[in-house]
Amino acid sequence: MTHAMQFDLAKLSVREINQFLHHQLSGSGVDRIEILHPDGNHSIAVGMDADVAVDILGHAGYFIAGMNKRASVTVHGNVGWSVAENIMSGLVRVKGHASESAAASGHGGLVVIEGDASSRCGISMKGCDIVVGGSVGHFSAFMAQAGTLVVCGDAGPNLGDSLYEATIYVRGKIHSLGADAREEELQAADIERVSHLLAAAEIDCDASQFKRIASARSLYHWNADAHQEY
Amino acid sequence: MSRPIHREESASIDRLAIRYIREAAQHGLYEIRGMGAKRAVPSFDDLVFLTASASRYPLEGYREKCESKTVLGTRYAKKPIELEIPITIAGMSFGALSANVKEALGRAATAMGTSTTTGDGGMTSEERQSSKTLVYQCLPSRYGFNPDDLRKADAIEMVLGQGAKPGGGGMLLGQKVSPRVAKMRTLPEGIDQRSACRHPDWTGPDDLKIKLEELREITDWQVPIYVKMGATRVRDDVKLAVKAGADVVVIDGMQGGTAATQQVFIEHTGIPTLAALPLAVEALDDMNVVGEVQLIISGGIRTGADVAKALALGADAVAIGQGVLVALGCNHDSYVQDGANIDATEDYAKLGTAPGYCHHCHTGQCPVGITTQDSVLERRLTPDVGAERLKNYLQVLNMELTTLARACGKSNVHHLEPEDLVALTVEAAAMAKVPLAGTDWIPGRRDP
Ligand code: SF4
Repeated sequence: MTHAMQFDLAKLSVREINQFLHHQLSGSGVDRIEILHPDGNHSIAVGMDADVAVDILGHAGYFIAGMNKRASVTVHGNVGWSVAENIMSGLVRVKGHASESAAASGHGGLVVIEGDASSRCGISMKGCDIVVGGSVGHFSAFMAQAGTLVVCGDAGPNLGDSLYEATIYVRGKIHSLGADAREEELQAADIERVSHLLAAAEIDCDASQFKRIASARSLYHWNADAHQEY
Repeated sequence: MSRPIHREESASIDRLAIRYIREAAQHGLYEIRGMGAKRAVPSFDDLVFLTASASRYPLEGYREKCESKTVLGTRYAKKPIELEIPITIAGMSFGALSANVKEALGRAATAMGTSTTTGDGGMTSEERQSSKTLVYQCLPSRYGFNPDDLRKADAIEMVLGQGAKPGGGGMLLGQKVSPRVAKMRTLPEGIDQRSACRHPDWTGPDDLKIKLEELREITDWQVPIYVKMGATRVRDDVKLAVKAGADVVVIDGMQGGTAATQQVFIEHTGIPTLAALPLAVEALDDMNVVGEVQLIISGGIRTGADVAKALALGADAVAIGQGVLVALGCNHDSYVQDGANIDATEDYAKLGTAPGYCHHCHTGQCPVGITTQDSVLERRLTPDVGAERLKNYLQVLNMELTTLARACGKSNVHHLEPEDLVALTVEAAAMAKVPLAGTDWIPGRRDP
């Protein structure tokens, strides 16, 4: 049985709500939280570490659900910069569009942007998975270390610049690839991986239509051995 | 009859410049090295104390108490940092340093009642266990950064840059990216790792304010947040950090060290610590937050006299990196193993250097086992030996600091003031904004 609770940001502060989520939620029996009137507030539901569903009913500001663990946070609107930054686990879903640096440095979990994500989506990602229903802006997956970025729309300039071991899949047009990123042949395992992520994201797309982008790994060493005198 | 050989060295194309150009022409790669600037710049050595005589009276050196307790982070944090001495250990990563060294730092700092700081690459369990007061850095790379460690930290340090390379990102050459380091950083083993110079999730000072609020929300406003910057446009930068909500501002002057970066950064960016400190104090004063936002200064601090001068000029505390490494054995000609002193000069020679000249931390082949991940080399410095040496060093620094403070008639090291200092050179007088010795002239200061 679900025990839901509502918080109204028109009456309470972000601090009061986060304090509850961090300290009073556990053991309360509440497994669903609704946050009304987010009205562009920042840092809502950051630092979560609980098996709970959080619904933010409206547009929200920066760093929503930052450093999330376990929780399933849904924003029923658009978000500002760095939604789900440093996500460790759980699910963060944005029903609208996301501004810059969505899921920046995410270590684990799944981030779904149903609309478009702006530039630097998945920058520095370290193992999380990201599915974007629309398009992503420039320098997305910049220095992405591990994890998967799936883009159902188009990708802006310099996609995957200085990529490490993360993999990017793009269905639409790629404006340009960044340094050391290259297109590779889509294998059966890729199609399976993309299908799995699309299903988890509840986005209906044909996984076989995606292009696979990965690192050429030519920037991993700069021949330091040639110069022991450094 | 052979002709006499004339040796008129060029001041502009001297032997160093010739070596540099030859190397560049030969390899097509710029020089990367560790440690800090080697060039001479105006420093705390150019200041002296006007200790007490007839016009002021001193405190008894061995009998009267001189307080050195230091509290940092009183602005917003529910739990400010309380230290016994105003001398902290600067951020140095596990990766750059061995796990043994990180443990030694924690043990010595804990024994002396001060703090250590993580570095690029996250928090190790050894350092959390050994260090009573641990500052957790939030760096652009975010390697290993996670909410569990964040909540275990006693303070958070948002790093915008460091004195050795303001504007540049971190670097760890493949030799040091061991399986454990690689795992902590989510990187393939053995790659030459170059970390970002800008944070992934915020850009300008307005974003920084929101970012700091996010970190405070995650940690429930319990612990202080420091903002660390390399010393460049200090006055503006300090004001922006204060505006963004810093509890503590850390300014790292150009003499500050690094485990690896381009030589061109080390020698040619940032301003000397001596010049940076008064600018930071002025900025805090302009913002009306002196005493509310604390100031830590770092970059080339080595002695108790340096600490005393930094405090007199307005710092609340100092942070030390290279001095700490030297205390542990950096650039010593030998190391201790199984109780015996073993000569290390041959190992320095293999790196093309000698004790006293080494700056080869980037190679991972540290002859005395400090900046290495090599399992054979790291045994050359055990946590026991390292902790003992560092504790002694910190103790001497604090003894020298309190000795000077007492001689200036102060019963608390934080009562030292610019009034207690004069400069020996015009440059130092202008930078430190204290009079040239024997005059009342502060170059550059206009009469009000
Ligand atoms: S002795 Fe070790 S720590 Fe010191 S400069 Fe050389 S490599 Fe670096």
